Amino acid sequence: MGVLRFAQDDKAFMNTAEQTLDEILTLAAAHFKVPRDKLRPDDDFFKTLGIDSLQTLDLLTKLENHFRVELPDYELQGVSDFRTLASRIQARL
Amino acid sequence: MHEAEAGSRAASECAGSALSWTLSDGVIELALHREPCNELGSASLVELEKFSAALESMQAEAHALIIYSKLKPGFCAGADLRELYHRSQAIGKAEAARGVRDFLERIHRVLNGIDAAPLTTIAAVHGVTFGGGFELALACDLIIADKMARFCFPELRLGLIPGFGGIPRLKRDLGNAVVRDLLLTGRSFNATKAQQIGLVSQVVGEGEVLRAARATAAQLGKFDRATATAAKKFIKPIPQEELRQEIDIFCELFARPAVQAGLRKFVESANAQPYLP
Repeated sequence: MGVLRFAQDDKAFMNTAEQTLDEILTLAAAHFKVPRDKLRPDDDFFKTLGIDSLQTLDLLTKLENHFRVELPDYELQGVSDFRTLASRIQARL
Repeated sequence: MHEAEAGSRAASECAGSALSWTLSDGVIELALHREPCNELGSASLVELEKFSAALESMQAEAHALIIYSKLKPGFCAGADLRELYHRSQAIGKAEAARGVRDFLERIHRVLNGIDAAPLTTIAAVHGVTFGGGFELALACDLIIADKMARFCFPELRLGLIPGFGGIPRLKRDLGNAVVRDLLLTGRSFNATKAQQIGLVSQVVGEGEVLRAARATAAQLGKFDRATATAAKKFIKPIPQEELRQEIDIFCELFARPAVQAGLRKFVESANAQPYLP
């Protein structure tokens, strides 16, 4: 399942779980200025990115804006790795 | 300098430790700058009261007020829970209860003054806009949000309800079903969602919120002031009775042991997500 999103050439495509994960890693790397190749899907993003609670909210907002989804923060309770985060987002696409 | 001129200048410009304001070209800008994220405690309240008094003398010369934060994390993270917890631990229950009621009465007076001010008020928000910070924004006529702004009423997580006028003002502006969702789940939501539900009037790109607020304030200055004031009075009634009730309910809840436990958990938390229940 996924939402239809439109690329610049108007070709519709749907995100796969792997694409979603890859986009999250790229976004997180860019936002927190960490080399993309340092981030692994099963990393604890609090530790790898070295982020506090306010920065976590920033990441959440960034992801919601990028994927155009709404992620209630109680659904992210206990989530600390990129792969699980991607699965939560994928479930809302 | 003439004494009256010096007095007028003092009212139209002030730099405090938690906030500062200026008046220029009919626009008052109130900047919040108390680290880490403009938590509202007793020091901020004193300065807000000082601003409130100055607002009365400045409003004859101004058509707009912009409230914004100079700090990167956000607009305002709400009440200073650490101060609230430590103060309530240091004194007896009855004294703590009186102190909380007094604080609420005072902050309500400030926010009611901003809500009813005969000029157009704009909250220019970015980042964290939580609890009391959200309530400060709700007292304004317009909320303009950076696309990275995030709103939340986390009070239920502490066994409390919002106490700075949040519920009556949210009810005034939004449908009750949305109000229930936001209050009862305590979840946070972004600027796009806030615009969808009718809370935010403009969403702008990152770092653009103050520029957008200034452009809006300049536009407001083109129109007849008395008409704008009459329109505001007509479309934005102050929910006085419900604001009174909110203080009573908050104080009743605050007396329960569960609240102290909730505050302690928050204050002592080393969790990276202390805002989550």
